[in-house]
Amino acid sequence: MAGKIWVYIDHFKGKPLPASWEAVSAGAKLGEVTALAFGQDAEALAKQAIHYGASDAFFADDAGLADFRGEPYASLISKLAKEHQPEAILFPGSTRGRELAAMAAIDLDSGVLPDVIEIKDEGEKLAAVRPIYAGKLFSKVVCNSKPALLTLRVRAFGKPVVDTGRSGTTTKVEAAIAEKDIATKIAEYKTVEGRVSLGDAAVIVSGGRGTSNNPNLTPPAEITDEKQKEIWRAQQGFKMIGELAGVLSAAVGASRAAVDAGYVPYRHQVGQTGKVVSPDLYIALGISGAIQHLAGMRTSKVIVAVNKDPDAPIFKMSRFGVVGDLYEIVPALTKAFKERLHK
Amino acid sequence: MKIAVFIKQVPDSAAKIAVENGVVKWGDAPLVINPWDEYAVEAALQLAEKHGGEVTAFSMGGDSSKEALKHALAMGCGNAVLINDAALAAVDAAGSARVFAAAVKKLGDADLAVFGKQAIDSDTGLVTAMTARVLGWPALTLVALVAELDASAKTIRVERGVEEGRQVVDSKLPAVLSIIKDFGEPRYPSFMGIRKASKAEIGTWTLDDLGISAPDAKVSWPELISPPKRDVTTEMITGSSPEEIANTLADKIITEGVL
Repeated sequence: MAGKIWVYIDHFKGKPLPASWEAVSAGAKLGEVTALAFGQDAEALAKQAIHYGASDAFFADDAGLADFRGEPYASLISKLAKEHQPEAILFPGSTRGRELAAMAAIDLDSGVLPDVIEIKDEGEKLAAVRPIYAGKLFSKVVCNSKPALLTLRVRAFGKPVVDTGRSGTTTKVEAAIAEKDIATKIAEYKTVEGRVSLGDAAVIVSGGRGTSNNPNLTPPAEITDEKQKEIWRAQQGFKMIGELAGVLSAAVGASRAAVDAGYVPYRHQVGQTGKVVSPDLYIALGISGAIQHLAGMRTSKVIVAVNKDPDAPIFKMSRFGVVGDLYEIVPALTKAFKERLHK
Repeated sequence: MKIAVFIKQVPDSAAKIAVENGVVKWGDAPLVINPWDEYAVEAALQLAEKHGGEVTAFSMGGDSSKEALKHALAMGCGNAVLINDAALAAVDAAGSARVFAAAVKKLGDADLAVFGKQAIDSDTGLVTAMTARVLGWPALTLVALVAELDASAKTIRVERGVEEGRQVVDSKLPAVLSIIKDFGEPRYPSFMGIRKASKAEIGTWTLDDLGISAPDAKVSWPELISPPKRDVTTEMITGSSPEEIANTLADKIITEGVL
């Protein structure tokens, strides 16, 4: 690539997403990187981007940009891109990154290569590889216009290297549209209890239908409905899975069957109609491995499965398998890791 | 209120997908309404029931997409329109957004355009925000709940499911929404609904009807690739007690260097 590569630094209330630094480091392999840090008092983020490999940065310091909103962020990125004509703009594959890339593509009359796992510099044009059908297939994609906009699959581009000795110019930019011209206002954030961040977790421990399968657990007497008894049992299983996840600093995932049965909220769902994940370690507990689930976790580095059914399809994907009762194996595994990891 | 809901026909999520001679094949798996779009239809219907109004379902594709539209009609949508034009065969996300924005304009006086989170085939998740931008409307993506809607004051309050939790956003109408699963289970088509849908005439709009020319493809996909096979030798861990199995397994996992 001959020209400038821009990288959008995604953050939540000033706290950068690690995926932003993955994007900076992926961009630096293509050319000189200019980082874009929008927000209120975002200069610190701009400087951090330089430590991760950007040559320079634009930053904003505007109360109207304090929280991400598509309209003012897209207007600003599009105005800057029209002035400076970058070759490509990379975004981390977060919900904000994707939304911003989509809006900017319309403003700049260009296209987005979404959720890419590999970038190919083909001289004139930028091409990439991306999973489709939840990873059941890959597609090579080419952007025929400039700037090419790419969102990068989180954790697909390797760990960035930081050098706090690096320096570069940071330039302040002003918001492109006035508050009165923005149709949306953020009223508040409600934090969700037991938040999971499946997308960027290095370790995921997931539970499936098997969590409800423990006849030794007796639900409290006030639960009389069979379905509620099943949910109660499964929730004890997920508590146990949560303890293992705690020891491994892991996020808790679930199969669609477990979510649809009401055992855990949807935000835990891994698979084609949930989250597609790619952790270093994926531990599947009581998950048989429906094709939709396998599609969502097949790129995990090491997969471990515990299942009562020796013919469960999940074993074919797994590095290690245990045919057994998760209610026996999981507490023992939690204890074993506690001893070994000194927690 | 006038609500437009956009749906897509896709291979069932249980399909085994393969590439043969550069073309995607899904065996004998059925084509179904994109699962995410069922939530969009449910949301559109609930909003129309609560605040009054009518829901029109749109789908872009060939004649087979009429089946997805019939599903939407059977769920309770009042009208359905197929957007079908040979010039849209290789349309990309930005092009789709331009077509959908033209359809919203042709429908006239719409308060809401509602989408699913993404399509499970192309998996781009871009079209909602792009359509909003073409229309110049706000994009309220990943909506888990519509907390308030005032059709006469043209305002809406939604809760969005983002990485950090629930974000509560106030917006002006008209707006473009995408709906996530938290909104609530989509209804099953009723017997009466299915009968009505089977008799319904589904109109077709071409690019001429929409008054736009074919959008240029900004993105092309010259090659489909089978993902690398997962090259894994499975080692089954056995032992005389759960403790023994767990200790062996923990040691093996630690040796893999992923913790």
